[in-house]
Amino acid sequence: MIKGFLILLAFQLLGESLVVLLSLPLPGPVIGLVLLLVALLGLGRIPESLKMTSDGLLSNLALLFIPAGVGLVLHFDLLASEWWIILLALLISTILAALVTAALFQWLMKRAGGEK
Amino acid sequence: MIIGTDFWVYFAARPLIWIVLTLLVFTLANLLYQRASRTPILHPVLISMTVLIFMLLVTETPYETYFSGAQFIHFLLGPATVALAIPMFQYFDEIRRLWLPILLSSAVGALVASLSAVGVAWLFDARFETMMSVAPKSVTSPIALGIAEKIGGLPSLAAALVLVTGVMGSILVPIILKRMRVEDQAVRGFVLGLTSHGFGTAVALEVGAVAGAFSGLAMGLTGLLTAFLLPIVFG
Repeated sequence: MIKGFLILLAFQLLGESLVVLLSLPLPGPVIGLVLLLVALLGLGRIPESLKMTSDGLLSNLALLFIPAGVGLVLHFDLLASEWWIILLALLISTILAALVTAALFQWLMKRAGGEK
Repeated sequence: MIIGTDFWVYFAARPLIWIVLTLLVFTLANLLYQRASRTPILHPVLISMTVLIFMLLVTETPYETYFSGAQFIHFLLGPATVALAIPMFQYFDEIRRLWLPILLSSAVGALVASLSAVGVAWLFDARFETMMSVAPKSVTSPIALGIAEKIGGLPSLAAALVLVTGVMGSILVPIILKRMRVEDQAVRGFVLGLTSHGFGTAVALEVGAVAGAFSGLAMGLTGLLTAFLLPIVFG
């Protein structure tokens, strides 16, 4: 488990360092994710310790957002004036994204299937 | 020596209270969620956030004090984001086989989800921070927090909006798919994962294993592509 944790943190550190060095506009852990994915593809399998640690973290992902989410307490004034805009934005964009993605993906899959 | 001991007690006890309370509230909220047969609206994160915010307000505890303890949980979001590489690796054969439909649909879908949300907020004169906080709303939370921070949004607001989007999507998207008469499991899963990240994937897994796999795939790609595309759009 420790080895798995070390791998994850090392890749995060690598990602964060690249973000600083190249002043990339991306979150460091996302770069870490991509680098780890490339490394796994090179390796061709997932080391057991990494699998264990990752499963542990990912199956408890929900817990990890709570500290940030509680920070909402700092933005009550913003919510008081703009909550309805936010809800409307989320509602419209969810419906639009679902319609567009369903139509496009269905069409592309049919084309991909038809060519074979 | 006495100073040393006091120093330790002072620093150890207070952060510890908030870690213990966060874990305790989450555990209880989880129990409630299981009892209520996993109704999205009673999601343990939403309930826990509400209860903890209420506790802070009642005890007049500043958020900084809370976070001095809770940061140890928050810290794990970084390695958890990196860990998303593991499920993506498992779907890689699928990606290689159907790379064009998958990549194109997730790029277009991710942009529509994000830009239409920002567009609506802009139309109604929302503040800049609000617009930049709704932008990553379809993205799985660990990545969304990072994106919000990078483009000038409020990470805590973004975290809450991601959750609300997840609840909304897992209720609305199945209805939309039904109306559109989409029956293919892969398509249903893909749309659920793209629009509503982990919440959508939970619903997709109930549809079936194929839907679940495509949902996880869409969730991962939406997160990655949004992280790469949004800083370019708003940079």
